[in-house]
Amino acid sequence: MFEILGIPLTALFGQLLIGLINGSFYALLSLGLAVIFGMLNIINFSHGAQYMLGAFAAYLLLQYSGLGYWPALIVAPVLVGITGMIVERLFLQWLYKLDHLYGLLLTFGLALIVEGVARNFFGSAGLPYTVPESLQGGRNLGFMFLPNYRAWVIVASLTICIGTWFVIERTRLGAYLRAATENPTLVRAFGINVSRMITLTYGFGVALAAFAGVMAAPVYNVSPQMGSELIIVVFAVVVIGGMGSILGAIITGFGLGVIEGLTKVFVPEASNTVIFVIMAIVLLVRPAGLFGRRG
Amino acid sequence: MRKTLGLAALAATLACGGANAQQVNVKIGVLSDMSSLYSDIGGAGSVVAAKLAIADFTAKNPDVKVELISGDHQNKPDIGSQKANQWYDVDKVDMIIDTPNSGVALAVSQVTASKNKIFIVSGAAASDLTGPKCNANTIHWTYDTWMLANGTGKALVKTGGDTWFFLTADYAFGHALERDTAAAVEANGGKVVGKVRHPLNTNDFSSFLLQAQASKAKIIGLANAGGDTINAIKSGAEFGIVKGGQKFAGLLVFASDVIALGLPTAQGLTLTETWYWDMNDANRAWTKRWQAERGAAGKFPTMVQAGVYSGVTHYLKAVAALKSAADGKAVVAEMKKTPTDDPLFGKGTVRADGRKLHPAYLFEVKAPSESKYPGDIYKIRATIPAEEAFRPLKEGNCPLVSG
Repeated sequence: MFEILGIPLTALFGQLLIGLINGSFYALLSLGLAVIFGMLNIINFSHGAQYMLGAFAAYLLLQYSGLGYWPALIVAPVLVGITGMIVERLFLQWLYKLDHLYGLLLTFGLALIVEGVARNFFGSAGLPYTVPESLQGGRNLGFMFLPNYRAWVIVASLTICIGTWFVIERTRLGAYLRAATENPTLVRAFGINVSRMITLTYGFGVALAAFAGVMAAPVYNVSPQMGSELIIVVFAVVVIGGMGSILGAIITGFGLGVIEGLTKVFVPEASNTVIFVIMAIVLLVRPAGLFGRRG
Repeated sequence: MRKTLGLAALAATLACGGANAQQVNVKIGVLSDMSSLYSDIGGAGSVVAAKLAIADFTAKNPDVKVELISGDHQNKPDIGSQKANQWYDVDKVDMIIDTPNSGVALAVSQVTASKNKIFIVSGAAASDLTGPKCNANTIHWTYDTWMLANGTGKALVKTGGDTWFFLTADYAFGHALERDTAAAVEANGGKVVGKVRHPLNTNDFSSFLLQAQASKAKIIGLANAGGDTINAIKSGAEFGIVKGGQKFAGLLVFASDVIALGLPTAQGLTLTETWYWDMNDANRAWTKRWQAERGAAGKFPTMVQAGVYSGVTHYLKAVAALKSAADGKAVVAEMKKTPTDDPLFGKGTVRADGRKLHPAYLFEVKAPSESKYPGDIYKIRATIPAEEAFRPLKEGNCPLVSG
């Protein structure tokens, strides 16, 4: 059988597919971060906590109101998005004129509070959440066994990512949004409610994180620290892709998922550092990131 | 006149001090993972266990005054040893207990020996603590990697699981567990066909499980713990590992992990522990007290937390006998000399190399239909007597023993 560095080709295809699946989670999360930073100039360090809230919301909806996975995919992001909008109205709106650092500190503090409260009520071991009936099982592709749920993750993630990119870059609403961040005074002069748009955008970014959380609940351990484990990697993805670039976040998310997947095969011990090594190299060569347009 | 008064006052103070000389003052520190993947295994529950032990002991021995503090080592050996140094030097702590995470435990053990204090390891697993890295100030209490390897490993090989693939957490604990289990597997006629090392706190195991599937090993040995084990088993269910004919061996699984996984996913898992809350009336009664003190009726104590209660109890007995907690080596020697006896672990001994001996139990996780009430998760498959459960004294390479 044809082998590359001791790994048979069929096994490699399997790992590439796994990498693509992980990349879907990275892409979804970094999309939310890129939207928030690109549109609002806030470094949203509470993104990981909001991802965790999405997963917890899915669990609580199942426990207390019997709402399963499919309704939770819509309800949980809406609920968490609303809390995001409240945070924006109460805290973040005062920070737009200040240095980025203040937004970072505030959102980081919020993340610690949310995580601590969740750990206090639920413990750290995690909560059970199973794959929905309709997506259980999988099919044997010959080179690997692909669970149906993981295939669904790729499809859903690609759809949301492309849809978001389309709305922001190609529709009138997206144009208003991009204009509002570049020159809010002028856009306000045209009669558009800029602050409401900004609140809704933050809410949308948070809802994206919560959506990723609901998608993760059946397959990853639903625990209070699930967000903090992932968020550092996602930030690295966004930095590599370019902090303001939506397309950059999507492409880098999928790409880095694949690279991490390959590292897990060849040098598994290095799999959680390879993304940071790449980030260091990219920042040396192209400080604005691969697709970034800001200095 | 003033000088006389001053001298009189000084004499009076000294006399008062003399009257209190019967009282023994002890300070205990619970150093644990309070916020990350092992915090349900030890964490706040260990602090509660220590509080209960202190309350029970001082009720019968009012002349011993015990102070308790706690801290978070965050699973980082440098933070753990810095905390230990600060506690021993500045806060005058006499004994540190718990410490899940073998990397941290090994570091704190060195610090403890250099300061002649005491370290009772309830949470960490690496059998090196009573092996090449043993010292006269450390006691390894609840369990270790050798016991896990020979409990679960031997049992599975004997029932037909003779080819193994290891999924190992890439740090001291994972390496120790993999090494001890591989030795047990091979000693009983099995073969290790492959292994892969993953970083601690890994979210996604799909890539590693794919490699395990490709190896076609009958048993996939999980040489990891806490959140890592939970994630691996959850992904395994998705990828049809068990349906494909392979089985998981949870080499270190705690009651808190099984509850987090849920019985539908965890059923059938074979594991070895040294304490289970539902084994007898004494354990059940203690569990109710623990739950009340912890304020968590839905949680159940793990063997690590029970070990903290047992360790603190035996330590305080030794301190009361010696009337002082100051000399670490002397107290440890007293703890090794005296047999242990507490409501949770029953009668046992502490060996020359610092290893506490008590029976181990092979458990199997119940199916959902067999579970009659919350927390009813295990059925007992076998009891391993204390003499067989732990590594023989001669095989450890502990300098205290061979010297």
